[in-house]
Amino acid sequence: MNAPNLPLRVLIVDDEAPARHRLRDVLADCSAQLQVDIVGEADNGLDALNQVQQQPVDAVLLDIRMPGMDGLECAAHLNQLSAPPAIIFSTAYDAYACQAFDLNAVDYLLKPVRADRLVRALSRAHRLNAVTLDHLRETHPKARTHLSVNEKGRIVLIPVADILYLKAELKYVTVRTAAREFLIEESLTRLENEFDDAFLRIHRNCLVARARIREIGKLPSDDDGHFLRLDGLDERLMVSRRQYSALREKVRAF
Amino acid sequence: MKRKNHNNRQVELPNFCHLGINLRIALTVEAVLVAGGVARAADAPAFWAEFIALSALAQPALLLTLLALCAAGRWLRSLPYRLGVSATLALGTTVPLLTTLWLGPLVAGAQPVPLTGVAVFALLIGAGLLAYFNLRARALSPAITEARLQALQARIRPHFLFNSLNAVLSLVRSDPRRAERALENMADLFRSLMGNARQLAPLEDEVALTRAYLELEQLRLGDRLQVAWHIKKMPGDALIPPLVIQPLVENAVYHGIEPQPEGGEISLNIYRSADKVHIVVRNPIATDVSHHKGNRIALANIRERLLLHFDLDAQLKLEPLGAVYQVHIVIPYTRERTQPAPARPHRR
Repeated sequence: MNAPNLPLRVLIVDDEAPARHRLRDVLADCSAQLQVDIVGEADNGLDALNQVQQQPVDAVLLDIRMPGMDGLECAAHLNQLSAPPAIIFSTAYDAYACQAFDLNAVDYLLKPVRADRLVRALSRAHRLNAVTLDHLRETHPKARTHLSVNEKGRIVLIPVADILYLKAELKYVTVRTAAREFLIEESLTRLENEFDDAFLRIHRNCLVARARIREIGKLPSDDDGHFLRLDGLDERLMVSRRQYSALREKVRAF
Repeated sequence: MKRKNHNNRQVELPNFCHLGINLRIALTVEAVLVAGGVARAADAPAFWAEFIALSALAQPALLLTLLALCAAGRWLRSLPYRLGVSATLALGTTVPLLTTLWLGPLVAGAQPVPLTGVAVFALLIGAGLLAYFNLRARALSPAITEARLQALQARIRPHFLFNSLNAVLSLVRSDPRRAERALENMADLFRSLMGNARQLAPLEDEVALTRAYLELEQLRLGDRLQVAWHIKKMPGDALIPPLVIQPLVENAVYHGIEPQPEGGEISLNIYRSADKVHIVVRNPIATDVSHHKGNRIALANIRERLLLHFDLDAQLKLEPLGAVYQVHIVIPYTRERTQPAPARPHRR
């Protein structure tokens, strides 16, 4: 992390103002044991991501349960950075999450936080690796609000609501929004499971946003072939024979 | 505290004005009539003729008896149990007899209805039903219902407990007075949670408790939690089972407010209409659908407690109204009836 004698730069993230206030108090109390510089506070995951990119941050105290983007999703986006900050999760009560943290040897804080516990967690805080984060997110199956990519050292967030389709191509998945395309390193199957309600599979390699389906048509050249068109996109996407009937059902049910 | 305690009372007569009790009496009488008809009739047409002839007399007698029992219910229940049983049986026999004297010549035609038969029939059914109600009251009452209600007693979410403690800790240095008040609110809340689940409590106490709870939530959630109270027409003295409103509101906060970054408004509407108390709680429906299951468990819990307390006379309805989720509870309006209320300790 940073040089030994410099104060640790910490960002506090919690949706409840009293909880942030309390962390400030406790951090001030343990200044004798640990030099800490509180660089900012955020009351939601988006703001936290923003602040981490505005200034150097060594460690983030991150509440798990927050409205909108929760702590685990925020951590996953932070990990897109080439030098992500250390993350210490905090929770008031979350039996499953705590079990997962213990299993993966991830440090976490239980609110109300005790000073000695906080000092210990901060002094050995380290980055989370991607595998651990995946494990944690599996115990807490909540669909992300955004996907993220690292572009020139910055995290670019793609709101899931803006995505038109997801297409698997070799090692990557292409994320298409009305404005542009992004490449992400994730598996299409896992994306399908995560966004079960919102995206439908039309082909072995393609998921489309259910709410954006404009038309499903027949290819003139081929009796069994179908294509699909999405709002705000001229491109024709191929529907595979295998997926066609299931797709029809789901679109009708919707 | 003004409370009606079922627990240290002997077995008592059922409340004959309750729908569930009436239904049970009516169904039993009908079943006996059908059985009688079947026993006496040779074939189906004969059965129907028999049944209709019996019903023409028995239905008005049944209705009038139920009315008389409901009207005299309060007086009957105020008598010692044995005396009450005798009086109930006397009433339950006299009304059918009078009905027979009055209607018998009109409906039975040539064949006169034997009065002794009617008396014995009414007496036997009456005794049978009272024995059943007695057994039922014993089975439902002290130990079993107590345990059942205690188990169903709404429990506070651990998440709420620890977050509230955290919020209080954050206030201790900067605003000790608010911290004190918050701890007082927590004490009230936990006293109720650990209290006797079988005692009915005045509505105003439950409202005070819900206010204490909401104050704690407001501490954490700040402006995200808005509350609209519509309780000007609330009958504060109505008796309701404890912890019916507070868990509903807790649900509303947990599912409707907390998942939304911008928060929202919870509205509480409590009023009396005729002999019913209505409690309506509304909250916005969160776009985040990740935790809907806990909601049903809490509601099923409240529903079962209402059933144990009021049988069929209370209702709980769930109504999603567009972007708003509404829970509507209807409870019979009852008040403490024996002695005037002793002074209650002050409660906010």
